[in-house]
Amino acid sequence: MIEIRGLVKQFAGTGRPAVDHLSLTIPEGEVCVLIGPSGCGKTTTMRVINRMIEPDAGSVLVAGRDVMTTDPVSLRRSIGYVIQHVGLFPHWTIAENIATVPKLLQWNQARIAARVDELLELVGMEPALYRDRYPRELSGGQKQRVGVARALAADPPVMLMDEPFGAIDPITRARLQAEFLRILRGLKKTIVFVTHDIDEAIRMGDRIAILRDGALVQYDTPEAILAHPADAFVESFVGTDRALKRIALLRVDAALEPLGSPSPPHAIPADANLRDALAMMFSAGVDALTVTGDGGAPVGRLTLSGIRERTRATDP
Amino acid sequence: MLIVEAWQFIVAHPARFFGALYIHVALSAAALGLAIAIALPTGVLLADKARATLLAITAANIGRTLPSLAVLALVMPILGTGFMPSLFALTLLALPPILINTCTALRQVDPDMVDAARGMGMTRAQIMRQVELPVAMPVIFAGIRTASVQVVSGAVLAAYIGGGGLGDFITAGIAMMAMPQLLVGAIPATLLAIGADRLFGHLQRVMTPVGMRAR
Amino acid sequence: MKWLRNNWDQVLTALAEHIVISFTSLAIAFALSLAIGIWAARSDRVFRWSLAVSGFLYTIPTLAFLALLIPIVGLGKANAIICMVAFSLMIMIRNVATGLREVPAEVIDAARGMGMRAGEILARIELPLALPVIVAGLRIATVTVISVAVVAAYINAGGLGTLIFSGISNDFAPKIWVGALTACALAVAADLGLALVERWLRRRTA
Repeated sequence: MIEIRGLVKQFAGTGRPAVDHLSLTIPEGEVCVLIGPSGCGKTTTMRVINRMIEPDAGSVLVAGRDVMTTDPVSLRRSIGYVIQHVGLFPHWTIAENIATVPKLLQWNQARIAARVDELLELVGMEPALYRDRYPRELSGGQKQRVGVARALAADPPVMLMDEPFGAIDPITRARLQAEFLRILRGLKKTIVFVTHDIDEAIRMGDRIAILRDGALVQYDTPEAILAHPADAFVESFVGTDRALKRIALLRVDAALEPLGSPSPPHAIPADANLRDALAMMFSAGVDALTVTGDGGAPVGRLTLSGIRERTRATDP
Repeated sequence: MLIVEAWQFIVAHPARFFGALYIHVALSAAALGLAIAIALPTGVLLADKARATLLAITAANIGRTLPSLAVLALVMPILGTGFMPSLFALTLLALPPILINTCTALRQVDPDMVDAARGMGMTRAQIMRQVELPVAMPVIFAGIRTASVQVVSGAVLAAYIGGGGLGDFITAGIAMMAMPQLLVGAIPATLLAIGADRLFGHLQRVMTPVGMRAR
Repeated sequence: MKWLRNNWDQVLTALAEHIVISFTSLAIAFALSLAIGIWAARSDRVFRWSLAVSGFLYTIPTLAFLALLIPIVGLGKANAIICMVAFSLMIMIRNVATGLREVPAEVIDAARGMGMRAGEILARIELPLALPVIVAGLRIATVTVISVAVVAAYINAGGLGTLIFSGISNDFAPKIWVGALTACALAVAADLGLALVERWLRRRTA
């Protein structure tokens, strides 16, 4: 777990602190997204955790140890670090890149080779095909997969990710987000994820910390923030479509009704989200859909009024 | 034919020729070696100090404009004539290109790469040894290549301050207006310079990491 | 220095000679490299070929080059100038050609679309935009040429080298100091002057 207490950091020549008495606790095993407009201090905060930046005041504890009392080099070897432009070493093969921290920790050759292959599989890149290639032969999305594999190599309990998918085209980005969530599901890691994209934050975060001008404005689950934004700033930051964003967090089977007859002509799977269901209703010009379960068999129906009822039920 | 006469001259005076050739190569190799030994570590040490690097590059740029013979001549009143003063002067001539290229190459390393290396827990020395230097090698070697040609060329002029080498045949040839002797100095010196350029060009390619070579 | 005070006219003559042969060579090289450079900018084959030949010439040691020319043109200023032109050609051709090639294609396209003729485009668009790079090459060539001129004194081309050689053969240090330091000062001053011109040009065309 990560505890940030009263963190203060001001850079020379600037008018106000980049981080202004920030306090935040990230429970173990959670993904905490730091988000906010440019200059809100999110990247600075993240970089204090692995001591790439030294704070002016306040403390950061990782698993109970103050980062300022820990040797920075060994601290960083125990924290995974992923940045936007990856920073792969062009003169090393993919395998050598991934093996960076294990080599620093002096693992033996066999263990390193096995780990490299394991990680390439994990990020969806066939080891035999990619292990001996060079970074310049990879696409942007592939490079970032290798970047994630490299950060996971020594199996650190904590990972820092600074806009990791920011430099990637939107289609690949969506795919990488889904893959990363899948990868995370099997591992128990505490992740600090910096982004400026509210949709990415809602998608990736167990909890979201909204920052502005170096201070914490709201820190809560995505649902709670969408349902009860703390102030006008948060309200406009999450977007005027926040009702729809909230609906997207709910699944179709949360508003399931008995099938009845006649069954509506258009169908939607039970595990789709309510916003996609609404979209389908609008484009088909209907207000009811058949809900299908595993194998495509109808299991119930979904109506426009049913959706309205369901969302009203979660209102304050 | 002049070339034939030149060849005959070598055949007639093998000890003199190969003696001069040996000194020429020794002088060049030693000066280049010394220059690398001084300039490379200096460039590495200055890597994090922006102002010192700028100063070093400015000084080296001025050094690079100085006429070679002027530098050689200036050494004479202070250090005298002979092999050692020539070595000193030639080392001075070889320093600027190597220092400039080392500093510039290190400065141009992708900062994201260095940030990632630092964030993963590499020490400063490890970052320099495993990331920055290998990536900067091609440009550094280009500087060494330039310096090598300059040194072989300068060693010809070392004849004027008693350094020995192939320049002796050229100066003697001009003084006595003996064309064959002139060529005995000029042609091998030219071949040496071209050879050095080729050699270091090849080494430059070898020293470029596989992952970074032009496809 | 006493010697300098008494012989400053000798120094000035040497300096003047030095500047004259340097300038002459640069002027010839500039003209030649403009012609060849423009040709090389248009033709890949000429570009590579001219780079290869002049690259080869540039590697030849100064004194060796001068010596190799003696059986052909003898001693004196002509020899020196040929050598200096040869050395300057590599850098200047490369810079003229590269400078021209780096002019953005859209700019030339726009000019042609407005009805400018090829010659006008070259003179009023391409060359002015390529000027910073060309001057950068001229800067290196100038320093090279000044350096060669020092050595060329030995083959009766005159210049500041005469002071150096006289000082060496008579073991008279003041002459060496004056000759060598003046040559250095000339080189540094020329480089600095052209550097300022280059910087001004870059700012203007940025």
